[in-house]
Amino acid sequence: MTQVATMHPSVEATESPLTPESWGKLGMWIFLIGDAMTFGTGIAAYGAIRYGSADWPVPSNVLGIPLTAFMTFLLICSSVTMVLSLSAIKRGDQRGLRNFLLLTILGGLIFLGCQAYEWNHLIFHRLPEKGFSFTGHLFATTFFVLTGFHGMHVTGGVIYLSCIVIQGVRGRYSAERYNPVEIAGLYWHFVDLVWILIFTFVYLL
Amino acid sequence: MATAHKEPNYIGVFWWLLALTIIEIAVIYMPLAKLAIGILLVGLALSKASLVAMYFMHLRFERRTLALIALTPLLICVLLVFALLPDLSATPHQSAVASQVSTTPH
Repeated sequence: MTQVATMHPSVEATESPLTPESWGKLGMWIFLIGDAMTFGTGIAAYGAIRYGSADWPVPSNVLGIPLTAFMTFLLICSSVTMVLSLSAIKRGDQRGLRNFLLLTILGGLIFLGCQAYEWNHLIFHRLPEKGFSFTGHLFATTFFVLTGFHGMHVTGGVIYLSCIVIQGVRGRYSAERYNPVEIAGLYWHFVDLVWILIFTFVYLL
Repeated sequence: MATAHKEPNYIGVFWWLLALTIIEIAVIYMPLAKLAIGILLVGLALSKASLVAMYFMHLRFERRTLALIALTPLLICVLLVFALLPDLSATPHQSAVASQVSTTPH
């Protein structure tokens, strides 16, 4: 009886407001809205510091645009594979779910690898060359805070998606029960969305 | 039910995101005024972000209240920028004056 109730949320006595499918989805949205505030405040503070600085460099002269453009492309691709894995399990396609999730995780891992390379290159070569040491200029500090906070989110996302793929291999999801995949997807797309903003405000603008 | 919506064309959204990213990178190398580049970049970034939110995060197919709540962080951060502006507008002048003072004796 309880199983029937969970499989058909519409018959539950207390339906989640705003997201009738599940409470978990509402919970993820609340978390993401809070997280968006944190990132938004970070980007606003970055703008404030930059506007008040007299010797801010043009970011594209210091930072590597081609590599980060590739990283943007990578995250967009991994977002696409994430929605494809969700649409696979909605059709009951277990193999599609697993393969697309693994591709998404691979995208996240390559992204992190690129970021590790980028940081290493910036800290030891590029920034000293241009006269902005790791700790010596707010240009470097704000850059590492924003991209580092985002990188931590990608790391968290890779761990999160790995848990989902393990559950998927164990056959926990089906065409009737795909909600956890959708919720994990919300988080992953949010990380992609934040990168789109960081790429624009920190690298291009 | 909200889940009964027709699945959006995900690959189509992907091409849009890719095209907008290429335009963004092209914009910074264009011989335009700084303000024009800034407005273009912010517009392009916000349209990419809304594409991701509306189609990948399915916000378009959720209840409208959820979409409105999801928009509040953007609104609050824009307000934050305006709240910070009075403090900031003083700083560039000060540093400009300071650099003038330090350069004049030489």
